[in-house]
Amino acid sequence: MTQAAQIQEQANRPAHPEKKGDWKQYFTFSTDHKVIGIQYLVTTFVFYLIGGVLATMVRTELATPESDFVSREVYNSLFTVHATVMIFLWIVPAGTGGFGNYLVPLMIGARDMAFPKLNALAFWMIPPAGILLMSSFLVGAPGAGWTNYPPLSLISGKAGEMIWILSVLTLGTSSILAAINFLVTIAKMRTPGMGWNQMPLFCWAMFATSILAVIATPVLAGALILLSFDVLIGTAFFNPTGGGDPIVYQHLFWFYSHPAVYIMILPVFGMISELISVHARKPIFGYKAIAYSSLAICGLGLIVWVHHMFTSGTPPWMRMFFMITTMIIAVPTGIKVFSWLATLWGGKLDDSSALLFAMGFIALFVIGGISGVMTASVPFDIHVHDTYFVVAHLHYVLFGGSVFGLYGAFYHWFPKITGRMMNEAWGKAHFWLSFVGFNLAFMPMHKLGLEGMNRRIAEYDPKFATLNLICTIGAFLLAMSTIPFIVNVTWSWLRGEPAGDNPWRALTLEWMTTSPPPPENFIADPVLATGPYDYGLAPRSTEVDVPFSDASNPALSAGPSSTLRAKPDPVVAANPSDRGTESNNR
Amino acid sequence: MNIPSQISTLLAGIILTLVSLWYGQNHNLLPIAASEAAPLIDQLFGAMLTIGTGIFLLVIFVLVYSYFRFRRDPDDLSDGPPVHGNIPLEILWTAIPAVIVLGISVYSFEIYNTESGMNPMDHSMAAHSKHSHQVAQMKGSAIAAPLIAQVDPVAKDAEVRQNAATDAIEEKIPLRQDAPAAGNVAPRAGSIPATGQEPLVINAAGMQYAWLFTYPEEIIAGELHLPVGRPVVMNITANDVLHAFWVPEFRLKQDAVPGRQSEIRFVPTKEGDYPIICAELCGAYHGAMKSHVVVESLEAYETWLQSMKVAQTNASDRAIALNPAEMTDSEYLAPYAQEAGVTPDLLHQLHPMS
Ligand code: HEM
Ligand SMILES: [Cu+2]
Ligand SMILES: [Cu+2]
Repeated sequence: MTQAAQIQEQANRPAHPEKKGDWKQYFTFSTDHKVIGIQYLVTTFVFYLIGGVLATMVRTELATPESDFVSREVYNSLFTVHATVMIFLWIVPAGTGGFGNYLVPLMIGARDMAFPKLNALAFWMIPPAGILLMSSFLVGAPGAGWTNYPPLSLISGKAGEMIWILSVLTLGTSSILAAINFLVTIAKMRTPGMGWNQMPLFCWAMFATSILAVIATPVLAGALILLSFDVLIGTAFFNPTGGGDPIVYQHLFWFYSHPAVYIMILPVFGMISELISVHARKPIFGYKAIAYSSLAICGLGLIVWVHHMFTSGTPPWMRMFFMITTMIIAVPTGIKVFSWLATLWGGKLDDSSALLFAMGFIALFVIGGISGVMTASVPFDIHVHDTYFVVAHLHYVLFGGSVFGLYGAFYHWFPKITGRMMNEAWGKAHFWLSFVGFNLAFMPMHKLGLEGMNRRIAEYDPKFATLNLICTIGAFLLAMSTIPFIVNVTWSWLRGEPAGDNPWRALTLEWMTTSPPPPENFIADPVLATGPYDYGLAPRSTEVDVPFSDASNPALSAGPSSTLRAKPDPVVAANPSDRGTESNNR
Repeated sequence: MNIPSQISTLLAGIILTLVSLWYGQNHNLLPIAASEAAPLIDQLFGAMLTIGTGIFLLVIFVLVYSYFRFRRDPDDLSDGPPVHGNIPLEILWTAIPAVIVLGISVYSFEIYNTESGMNPMDHSMAAHSKHSHQVAQMKGSAIAAPLIAQVDPVAKDAEVRQNAATDAIEEKIPLRQDAPAAGNVAPRAGSIPATGQEPLVINAAGMQYAWLFTYPEEIIAGELHLPVGRPVVMNITANDVLHAFWVPEFRLKQDAVPGRQSEIRFVPTKEGDYPIICAELCGAYHGAMKSHVVVESLEAYETWLQSMKVAQTNASDRAIALNPAEMTDSEYLAPYAQEAGVTPDLLHQLHPMS
């Protein structure tokens, strides 16, 4: 670590880190962003396990060609609720609500989110919505797919349908509230001296994600409210027998739900940028390219939705327009992948599970990206739409991408959150089990789809039996792979090796305070002496006088709200030497 | 042994290219191609797979190589070289994907154009709109009524309900008025050659959980028989919920949307018996909604058509005598429908206001 970084770390360390809060606070309406972040992470992980159980049941049914494990109605409910849980109760809230809440204020040197009570409110909408969704199994769970297209959704069980709508509406509201909070926090609460271009890339990603959530989610809400009118009081917005148009629902739905896939993946892109740079000990390659490509993805992500509707009787001009926009979005995505590879190249890679997961993420995401470009091609998509090829594609991006990235993030930030290291051997076992299980489960689906197996079916042509059996075995392996993770987290949290404040010798601000951080995070506006990724830069002359021990400076030991605390020296904060002209442009 | 790095890079590049080219051509992932459009789409897939394999191998190579080659010693606490960026390189790898996706777009557009056409005013449109009109008059989906009545005798006024569903097509919605035919805002997938024989026009109606195909002269069948080499124009609609007509061997798919009429065009080129699959979630028995298309010689087709005619004019109960294959469909579905109580409920729920 450079001298500047040492100064930075010393200066930002709280004088008297408070004692770890007791477990009961996690069941309260706490307004501390760190408590809320952990609440999100634990809650969503529980839903992930539930979604995983449902997926295992789906795969059990598909182990044989006949529909013999559950009834066909129940089968449809299984994949519907599986997808809904995974998307709305796991990836979206874990990436944004969980890691976003925990990390963003720390990374930008703020004491909390801009609206702490709103933040708590957003979290507390999640458990009831999730429980509500699960309760639908008591009255006949929704079975029209997570896309819930009318007219099928209008004629299946009303109770299950309404529960689905209500639950997703609540989750959507929560995500809008959280997004507003992130936008204001990132725009307004960065520590003095942190311009937009000194911000860690995860914050950029969260910013782009939040813009998407704020713009797209209300459209979903609109669609769902109209749909509930159709279900409940017999209006005919989407009901063809009354003159409504089911295709309009598809437009509204995908106007949200394609951006939603970027709401899931963009935060993970941000995490990967952090992880790769730290664990390869190199500055992230092409900081600005990565930062701005998040914005480009955000903008383009709003105009690709019709690629989910190429076979819905979409006019030719529309097919062509959306084919091209979808193709273009591969460019900013490609920029990110190449920048990560260039960061790894020639680095000093450590042997951590976090890095392993980050690299696994890249490998799998690239496969999902390539099949994504293929499905963007209209003539080809007309063949594979609604087949297992698409199921393979979406799992390579959502599972191979988002979930592997989230796992990497768990291993990376666990020491910050708990003050303890995770066990590496268990971490490796976790990685290899998931990696092998994942490819076994999803790789054969490409061939299944191309050969003619359509999705969302409980029974299939016996000629697909062998490949499906392989998929099912892979899925069981995948289910088992969570066991080493759960054991590891529990064990490490209780008696893992103490981590110290900055075990990875990272440079972003969250590592400059204690692990776990005290309430309010820092002693004052944090001192910013290096950029977030200045690895390998020679020690610079930092002519500022920052005390290395709080004993010599009463201001530092005075606690966060003391009037004794001085504002930081602007010379230190502006960090002029390596940022040049971009500095301080906030 | 010290190979200069340019040469090893070059070698690696050549091997990568060769492997990608080979895999792109020999992937063996698709079923046989049995329509005129299919070989084009397979070519496109082959090209995309070649490029995809190359990119994939490149990325995996960098990852694996880095993982072993750049591993640091546990006590080496130094940092890597402080490379922040490299503008030419960044421009290069923005340009390369841009060129690749542009290429794929243009190629896809080409294939789409030959295969289905961007021009709504081409010769075939006249025949098309005339025909669609006819379909609207026929209240196309009403043909499903006998089957429903057979599956569920209780649904006695099925005919009336069918009309309600088809009436939606004729609604005076501006968008639809401007369309070539009433309700036809969903043009088509696939194409047939501009010159050549008169196309065979078939109306397809998707319903839970079967397809009904109406041939000229009101011959109704539950499976398709097509003469090989004859262009087919198929008008598709749905009775109840979304369905999608898909024949993997033809590489073509089109959704069947209630209240709308869409179209699919193709020329079957290989004799054989291929599955017709419903590709849009349509309820509990979605996976069981299957039929098949028999592509056969003209003689065999004519024989089949004759037998259908005879069966359907002679039978007192049209629905029962339709065709043995359709009987199988109904027999197949009847117990399910009772077990699930699907059909009667379904129809009632579709008309909550009536
Ligand atoms: C960034 C992460 C991505 C996620 C999370 C994601 C997710 C999904 C999901 C969930 C579906 C299935 C929709 C359904 O239920 O029918 C889907 C389909 C599709 N995706 Fe992606 N996707 C991602 C990236 C991409 C990329 C990079 C492209 C193209 C460059 C792409 C193009 C498509 C297309 C064209 C479809 C439609 C396929 C079809 O339904 O026929 N996606 N994606
Ligand atoms: Cu169907
Ligand atoms: Cu179906």
